[in-house]
Amino acid sequence: MLSETERQAIDAEIPHYARKQAVCIEALKVVQRHRGWVSDEALHDVAGHLEMTVDELDAVATFYNLIFREPVGRHIILICDSVSCWLMGYGALRERLSERLGVEMGQTTADGRFTLLPIVCLGACDHAPAIMVDEDLHRDVAPDHLDAILERYE
Amino acid sequence: MPGETPLTGRIRPDRPPLDAVGYEQAGGYQALRKALGSLTPAEVTQQVRSSTLRGRGGAGFATGQKWSFVPMGEDAPRPRYLVVNADEMEPGTFKDRLLLEGDPHQMVEGAIIAAYAVQASVAYIFLRWAYRVAARRLEKAIAEAYERGYLGRNILGSGYDLDMHLHVSAGRYMCGEETGLLNALEGKRANPRSKPPYPQTSGLWGKPTVVNNVETLCCVPHIVNNGADWFKGLSRTPNGGTKLYGASGRVRRPGLWELPMGTPIRELLEEHAGGMREGYRFRGLLPGGASTDFLGEQHLDVAMDFDTVQKVGSRMGTGTMIILDDRSCPVGMTRNLTHFFAQESCGWCTPCWGGLRWCEQMLSEMEEGRGREEYLDRLAAHAGMLGPGHTYCALAPGAMEPLQSALTLFREDFERHIRERRCPWRSP
Repeated sequence: MLSETERQAIDAEIPHYARKQAVCIEALKVVQRHRGWVSDEALHDVAGHLEMTVDELDAVATFYNLIFREPVGRHIILICDSVSCWLMGYGALRERLSERLGVEMGQTTADGRFTLLPIVCLGACDHAPAIMVDEDLHRDVAPDHLDAILERYE
Repeated sequence: MPGETPLTGRIRPDRPPLDAVGYEQAGGYQALRKALGSLTPAEVTQQVRSSTLRGRGGAGFATGQKWSFVPMGEDAPRPRYLVVNADEMEPGTFKDRLLLEGDPHQMVEGAIIAAYAVQASVAYIFLRWAYRVAARRLEKAIAEAYERGYLGRNILGSGYDLDMHLHVSAGRYMCGEETGLLNALEGKRANPRSKPPYPQTSGLWGKPTVVNNVETLCCVPHIVNNGADWFKGLSRTPNGGTKLYGASGRVRRPGLWELPMGTPIRELLEEHAGGMREGYRFRGLLPGGASTDFLGEQHLDVAMDFDTVQKVGSRMGTGTMIILDDRSCPVGMTRNLTHFFAQESCGWCTPCWGGLRWCEQMLSEMEEGRGREEYLDRLAAHAGMLGPGHTYCALAPGAMEPLQSALTLFREDFERHIRERRCPWRSP
């Protein structure tokens, strides 16, 4: 069941578009904002609400990089693996992150605190390498900075 | 006059952007008043056409001409849409972020004028999720524009109505492609559409739609205020205006600079980016994002504009250069670029989803010392098979630009990887 808050947030978007199916991406983001990820059940509920088939909506959900169809940790670390960051030390950063968290790309730490994911160019190329933790962009990140950055996310 | 910086003049990196009142005090929304008060939509389009403004998203299509393809008049289809492409996911590109975060009202004003020119009734800003600061500032700017009568019903008493909505994407490179973007706005996978019909006649929900890049739209208020000849005069070449140029990689001062269109690459690299960092030598560069051909030392005196860079076999693209230094492996860099394109391919066309993965595979094997002699020819063959004309959109052809130019420019490095069965840049 979609919560009242979720339904209101989704419905508020509908008048902005010519067809209500157009808000489905926003709707998935709304659900994710409240629950962290999009479960099969949530997908089913959103599809019903927007008069789409579950398959139609799942085709959309699985297409976009930032819709999570599996549970994720409390905080998401997005590490830019595109060319400018690659040139400026992405490799060492990734290695240190994996080592420090004990997970590979795409995995969640055993305590459920962090999920580590690759992301395409964050548009911070003049301050590469860059990572995002939740909604915060961190620039010019050296492996030695990671402890201080991660400390802020409990 | 060269030396002017109309697009970035109001931006102070250490301060939040101007709000609506501050923007008005700095001359903002004057162009909108002028357009709505004294110019017909056709006159606005004509002025932009005369200015020689070309799309700053990378393709360089003439903006005024694009607008002129929208059917107008009593019998023309309605509603019409204006879409701002603020997806900026081209690797190595970070110019629109500055404009969105630094002066959101400038973009909003440009979008309203563009929408007026094609008589659109709804405008969407398609923004990538990762630009969180830009999202907050745009939301605020849109709300202020409504409050002050620049959006909504009967704008400034002109009888013209326009609504503007911010759409925050869930992330995928394909959304930057204009027809993929339209599918994403409709709540679908961002697969490209077959062209023709072009979006100007059949776009969002089948209605006439213009899609313009952020930097392009930011030029519009200045053209309306100061005229087409002024805009042309900003440039050092026949491609009018200023350009936001940037550099990333091992240069002394990576960054962004608004300079006359046609500023030579060497000047960008040496004067503005400060040359290479101590201990690094220049090997090559991608002039404007991941999907442009590598240029080398011999191209440094080329003027950075659409026509001139094209003449030497690459594209200006977004104008934000990525510099390859001598301590980074050209094969590794090409592998990284190809990985990006293979991952972001939407899978709609066979050459793209199959071919890019194969290219990535060969490059990975090469870098890991398992490359075979025949890979060089096979990669070169892909550059043809995935080139223009074989796919719905420009993703695969764009991916082939750095690949085929790397095979030429860094031939010896590729051969060395195969011959020595290792990457010379990796410690043994």
